[in-house]
Amino acid sequence: MALANASLDGGFQDAVFESQAVFRGLMDAMSRPGTIQTLETPAKAPGALSAAQSAILLCLADPDTSVWLSPSLYAQDALGWISFHSGAPVTHSMSNANFAFLGLGEALPDFLGFANGTQEYPDRSTTIIIELPALTGGQALVAAGPGIENEIDMSPSGLPDNFVRRWSANHGLFPRGVDLIFTCGSTVMCLPRSTQLKQREV
Amino acid sequence: MTSAGNLATYNFAYLDEQTKRMIRRAILKAIAIPGYQVPFASREMPMPYGWGTGGVQVTASILGPDDTLKVIDQGADDTTNAVSIRAFFQKVANVKVTTKTGEATVIQTRHRIPEEPLTEGQVLVYQVPIPEPLRFLEPRETETRKMHALEEYGLMHVKLYEDIARNGHIATTYAYPVKVGERYVMDPSPIPKFDNPKMHRSQALQLFGAGREKRIYAIPPHTEVVSLDFEDYPFEIQKFEKPCALCGAENVYLDEVVLDDKGGRMFVCSDTDHCEDRRNAGHVGELGVAQTEAAE
Ligand SMILES: [Zn+2]
Repeated sequence: MALANASLDGGFQDAVFESQAVFRGLMDAMSRPGTIQTLETPAKAPGALSAAQSAILLCLADPDTSVWLSPSLYAQDALGWISFHSGAPVTHSMSNANFAFLGLGEALPDFLGFANGTQEYPDRSTTIIIELPALTGGQALVAAGPGIENEIDMSPSGLPDNFVRRWSANHGLFPRGVDLIFTCGSTVMCLPRSTQLKQREV
Repeated sequence: MTSAGNLATYNFAYLDEQTKRMIRRAILKAIAIPGYQVPFASREMPMPYGWGTGGVQVTASILGPDDTLKVIDQGADDTTNAVSIRAFFQKVANVKVTTKTGEATVIQTRHRIPEEPLTEGQVLVYQVPIPEPLRFLEPRETETRKMHALEEYGLMHVKLYEDIARNGHIATTYAYPVKVGERYVMDPSPIPKFDNPKMHRSQALQLFGAGREKRIYAIPPHTEVVSLDFEDYPFEIQKFEKPCALCGAENVYLDEVVLDDKGGRMFVCSDTDHCEDRRNAGHVGELGVAQTEAAE
């Protein structure tokens, strides 16, 4: 039996209610960019996928969606866990992935390498779930746009120095583009493509 | 609607988990692209399409055991459609239900937005018959999709302007088109245009489900929603000559009620919960009875 025991554990205890609770946390986070939400779930994949990443994968991915894993997340027990608990195919093609998971400390790939959707079908795009060292304490950023009353301060740690410039290019593609979900442990913060970002002026 | 007794075995909130996942993915995309119609694979529901299967599928995909659900139809909680949908979710999801706008976490609606301003954390789910605002101008889906892609909405303005040429004003009173987040022209479902301003920068998340046409779209909280108009013919909401006959409310949407066969009629709040709240608070309209007297 190739499947390690670790791959069998760490799923939802009660798939119906836990996936609903995780989804409501995600829906709140996506409709209020820059706010921090906690996903209440005991789900945890073996290896480097965080609790929030594991919960998001179980909540949203299935045989109809493909998943891309960054190098630090790509490991046998994680692959077994994804296959056993979600049935989602793992792809090596970033541009075909519905969901892309990025491990802690890994360099942020070029957003244009992922699916950005088309002008007719902008929803055919990749959602990138990025594990960070913290969702606060980083560069002081100011976000505005749908879901935000006036402005909101956000400061996720561990983003590259040129992040605002890279994000602005993605936002500039609207309605095309990628959506980001920052995760840290069991907490999440969303950055949909509709959000404008700038550096907080000192 | 199939009687709830026939739903012998069903999942929580009726839909299977794979369908919920698919709808949930569509909802997140809809929130990320305000006003854009996300296609989804609509499922058969134990009720006919005209009963709001799109809204029901959206509600079923977001509802959890901690929610309190309100269902309205034309502003009222007690119409057949509203009662059936509420009973359906009580049966298949065992959720708390309410008629009070302020107590609800999720409100499913057909044809109205409650008068009481919605608050942070509430979700308003609209039942949508025809999601494409350009459909009656251009029947081909490939063409309307191209128009949205290119943000080419001239045809919509032509239609509104023809209205003006014919009637001297914009005659459209229901499903009056809006622009969301300065990008997508969107059909707000057949609500009276009176309700359009309530969508603008609402604190609540607004989700739209069209079952037959298989589309989900959204307006996140605090989002710009502008009714289309012209500089010389600005958008205006309906005005009513008299306040509500029962509670005296002004600046609310009124329905006409026929009183007798001699032409007697009155105008009362279409939002029955709002009217009841006001009467309980002591407000009395021209034809209303003070609540304290009524209780004696
Ligand atoms: Zn009234």
